[in-house]
Amino acid sequence: MQDVANADLIVIEGSNMAEAHPVAFQWVIEAKKRGARVIHVDPRFTRTSANADRHIPIRAGTDVVLLGGVIRHVLENELFFREYVQAYTNASTLVAEEYGDPEDLDGLFSGFDEDTSTYDTSSWAYAGDPERIARGLPERDETLQHPRTVFQILRRHYARYTPQMVQDTCGISPEDFEHLATAIAENSGRERTTAFAYALGWTQHQGGAQMIRTAAVLQLLMGNMGRPGGGIMALRGHATIQGSTDIPTLYHILPGYLPMPKVGQDDFAAFTRSIGKKEQKGFWADADVYTINLLKAWWGEHATVENDFGYHHLPKLTGAHGTYQTTERMLEGGVDGYFLFGQNPAVGSANGRMQRKGMAQLEWMVVRDFYMIESATFWRDGPEIESGELSPEEIGTEMFFLPAANHTEKAGSFTQTQRMVQWRDQAVTPPDDARSDLQFMYELGCRVREKLAGSTDPRDRAILELTWDYRVDEHGEIDAESVLAEINGRHLGGQRAGEPLSAFGEMRADGSTDGGCWIYAGVFADGINQARRRTPGAQQNEIAPDWGWAWPANRRILYNRASADPQGRPWSERKKLVWWDEETGRWTGQDVPDFPPTKRPDDPGDPAQGGAAALAGTDAFTMQADGRGWLFAPTGMVDGPLPTHYESPESTVPNPLYAQQSNPTRVTFRSKDNLSSPGASGPGGEVYPYVFTTYRITEHHTAGGMSRFLPYLVELQPEMYCEVSPELAEEVGLEPYGWATVISARSAIEAKVLVTERMRPLRVGERTIHQIGMPFHFGQGTEAIVQGDGANDLIGMNLDANTQIQNSKNNSCTIIPGRRPRGRAREELVESYRRRAGLIPAENPAVDGAAGAPGAGPAMDHVVQQVRGPEEASAVPTGESDTEGMRKR
Amino acid sequence: MTLLAGSEGPAANSGWDHDHERKGFFTDTSICIGCKACEVACKEWNRNPIDGDLEILGSSYDNTGELGANTWRHVAFVEQGQERIEQARESGRKLVSLGMPTIGPKSSGAPGSTPAGDLSTADRTPPDTPEFRWLMSSDVCKHCTNAGCLDVCPTGAIYRSQFGSVVVQEDVCNGCGTCVSACPFGVIERRDDGTVSPRANREEPIDRMGTASKCTLCQDRLVAGEEPACSATCPTQSIRFGEHEELTASAQERVADLHSRGMTEARLYGANPRDGVGGTGSVFLLLDEPEVYGLPPDPQVPTKTLPQTYARAGIAAAGMVAAVALSFLGARR
Repeated sequence: MQDVANADLIVIEGSNMAEAHPVAFQWVIEAKKRGARVIHVDPRFTRTSANADRHIPIRAGTDVVLLGGVIRHVLENELFFREYVQAYTNASTLVAEEYGDPEDLDGLFSGFDEDTSTYDTSSWAYAGDPERIARGLPERDETLQHPRTVFQILRRHYARYTPQMVQDTCGISPEDFEHLATAIAENSGRERTTAFAYALGWTQHQGGAQMIRTAAVLQLLMGNMGRPGGGIMALRGHATIQGSTDIPTLYHILPGYLPMPKVGQDDFAAFTRSIGKKEQKGFWADADVYTINLLKAWWGEHATVENDFGYHHLPKLTGAHGTYQTTERMLEGGVDGYFLFGQNPAVGSANGRMQRKGMAQLEWMVVRDFYMIESATFWRDGPEIESGELSPEEIGTEMFFLPAANHTEKAGSFTQTQRMVQWRDQAVTPPDDARSDLQFMYELGCRVREKLAGSTDPRDRAILELTWDYRVDEHGEIDAESVLAEINGRHLGGQRAGEPLSAFGEMRADGSTDGGCWIYAGVFADGINQARRRTPGAQQNEIAPDWGWAWPANRRILYNRASADPQGRPWSERKKLVWWDEETGRWTGQDVPDFPPTKRPDDPGDPAQGGAAALAGTDAFTMQADGRGWLFAPTGMVDGPLPTHYESPESTVPNPLYAQQSNPTRVTFRSKDNLSSPGASGPGGEVYPYVFTTYRITEHHTAGGMSRFLPYLVELQPEMYCEVSPELAEEVGLEPYGWATVISARSAIEAKVLVTERMRPLRVGERTIHQIGMPFHFGQGTEAIVQGDGANDLIGMNLDANTQIQNSKNNSCTIIPGRRPRGRAREELVESYRRRAGLIPAENPAVDGAAGAPGAGPAMDHVVQQVRGPEEASAVPTGESDTEGMRKR
Repeated sequence: MTLLAGSEGPAANSGWDHDHERKGFFTDTSICIGCKACEVACKEWNRNPIDGDLEILGSSYDNTGELGANTWRHVAFVEQGQERIEQARESGRKLVSLGMPTIGPKSSGAPGSTPAGDLSTADRTPPDTPEFRWLMSSDVCKHCTNAGCLDVCPTGAIYRSQFGSVVVQEDVCNGCGTCVSACPFGVIERRDDGTVSPRANREEPIDRMGTASKCTLCQDRLVAGEEPACSATCPTQSIRFGEHEELTASAQERVADLHSRGMTEARLYGANPRDGVGGTGSVFLLLDEPEVYGLPPDPQVPTKTLPQTYARAGIAAAGMVAAVALSFLGARR
């Protein structure tokens, strides 16, 4: 994170960093003090904009056009970093002849199946001999002239993303565009670097993963990856979200970004080959080793060569099982019990009404939290109780509330966005019956194992054979460091038996080592908790390698081989980081080099061997099967190898580029509670003419469980509000600091009105676009010190196909003065607007009310799964959007 | 100008020997991100109750309003259009004489940091005047060199600490409230309401009830060798704590640096020892006139004119006595 201070330009887009990441923002301030420029691109003028050199307002959801415009600008004007692009990216690689671009197919890529709304991605592959492609040696044209090179495809793909197109789509003036494009061009190259920072303002779109990809393409073209002050900072949603992706709380991956196996993957060797082949380049070639060490950590002595190390104990996925699919199943009565660990879906998840109605269908539910959050009390004080739609007597869910210890009351680790693991010691003991989540899970495991003891049912062996021998103190409290040691891994046999692994390179495929998460190997090297190191910054160099521990191998900047030129010399003195030392015959520098330490820059690589040995001396992107940074992504994305612009399904603006209005692969749940505005594609779209976007503010924490119960935080932002421009206030008749009711196709909520010039109407073609901002921290209940209507009640369960993340940032609504009606009248108000928009199924059977723009949702029986690494962690299976179909199987 | 404190600084003039340098804050509002962490850290440490009715105040993102008995750090939010920004830039240019030495950007990173911080060739063209800006500024007790509250306190509850700060002893304060009207900044107030606890344990007693209350510069932390809670928590170092003289010098450098970047709206507040309170222990870098942030443009300690007042009162009294005497003399006639 502190490397941001080395940037010459920081572009913050899709993030309100100063408000949501104030501590990380100190490095932006530091960069500014050193002379860097900061540009903030955001629909709203926020506290981040206030500290930026320039704020560029943008129409929500049009980031691909803006950055695509910059890509076109740097390609057409030869402003990209040519040497870097030629050496380290796949620009020169030839793509298969079968590939068809949206420019030729009016918004679709080749391989689209209309029946399932999914892509067959095989036509996006590299050209060449399949055997050589597998070894990372596809056909290339180093002159970049061949029409099927990635470079030429890129040029054609973005040819229409002109400044005019940017203005007509994003509402950004040519002057602002020029400012941004010039700033990026001038602050990239040998001597200078540009850093990007994004957050949920990019991820929470139906197409959000592609917005991030656009930034990746641009940063590769400008040579800003793997270099000081470069890169793309993915600012995570809250504490250790990075850690809970590394050691996942996700359904589709296992620790270390190994994919969860799917139904039918019964052959262990074939499974590991689907992650990484032995003959491919780079470190994923050892996917089998990582998997075996994980299984060995879980099942210890019971994991043997003979039983494929317990692989068959793993459950196999039948489809997507994200939080929204689970909600859908709850509504159908298909889920019995539910554990909530620090999560408040009644407030924090999209379509709060469906969330609460879903939880009302459960048999039992366990809430572990600090306070009685809304998800613990919805059955007696939620909005549906107020309206009479639900009543406590009719809700059969048995509720258990278990108080949880907070972060000061337990030891453990946080992994932040820079992949840095930082250890926390326990400062105070938890009050009363509060326990840490670790203690709870450990004891739950012990009790389940007790109950199963003696069982001969084969399916119970997975639990009974688990290693569950963590160190406990005299009070029976589990020692969190013993879990970290298991994650790190150890030698099981030979002379070093019992010793912790010092690097993932020590892992073996024969069962003589174990390790719970291969990328964390080394965090417990020498038996020392490396994450607990706290040498102050003033006592070490600026990389600060002795503060905490960053995976992998305590490396602070990934792919830092690219900070040197192909010959291994720093691109410039000013931006030197890692270089080849001819005298010692090693890579050296300020950071831990991200490259085989003695592989010479002119090493051609040994394709016969595969893995790290197959990497050429210039294959800086060591995790990619071809060693190159991917401008064009032949695999990993389900909705296209290149980012292309689609409008949000509820957008009132026709897609200016293609007939295809919205992302065809997006996931939609069809329910009368999950309707969408038809947007530009039907007359009903005028009923919901305004864009609304939701966000967090510094004063509160996500769904409010850690802020709305605390006096010192609630007094800072005590009420739910919405932010509107003076022009919109005038148009609708809203009084400053008075009340307004916001109505979407899902619900209606009330909020105080902040009329502010920080919100600016945008001119997009002939229209004026008004955007409304709303924090999502408030919820209805009786336990928190302050209540308010929840912005998430306005949002539909409509997901990005790559990530299964909901679209919270770009939806449509209308707004009227005054408070919302109480009781049943609220639903009647929502219904009256739906009627005007033609969304009532009984009245308009032909309308797909859930779709928004036409053509929503992939079919249910098509699952694509190609998670291959941290950098592709967003690439998860397309949706199981119909649980009926799932059940039938 | 008559100043009650002499050249040795306020602590020495209050009888402390010179063990401690004068401590204070430098609040650089140009890098404030309005996170309000200072407000929260202050309340957490000092167990100060919350303010207000838990309703939106109607003042941008500010919902605590002003400094008072419960809120000892307060962040103001000011939204401004282009015209006002140009005026601020112009007025700041007049305030600060040009021809200040150009100061290159200094790395505040670790010693021996990478040359990446060296931007001697950096672009120094002034930024465009933006169409809009949002000022944020964390206000606090000024710990005046000549403190009105201290001067007027009849019980001796308010004293000058060894760090040069002005501190109220709540166990001595009798709640008379004289200090409230003596503060030219409207900082000190009597505490009469509030809560510090979540719903479940509201019965917890509130400290300092009924007595005068304000920032202590975290006296209890200073004597333990710690810095105040607000500056310790500030993520961007907008609030810095340290030796007053050093901080003032670095504040002046920062103004020069901003001016050299074309941000001529920058100016200092409280750094002039010849102002109406003899300068303040809390120095601010502002981006507009003080009034914009709710600060008095020309604060005067009310006791400054005490000698003249007494002299005039004496003359008036003498005159009265003379008039009475005369009237008696006249009556006798």
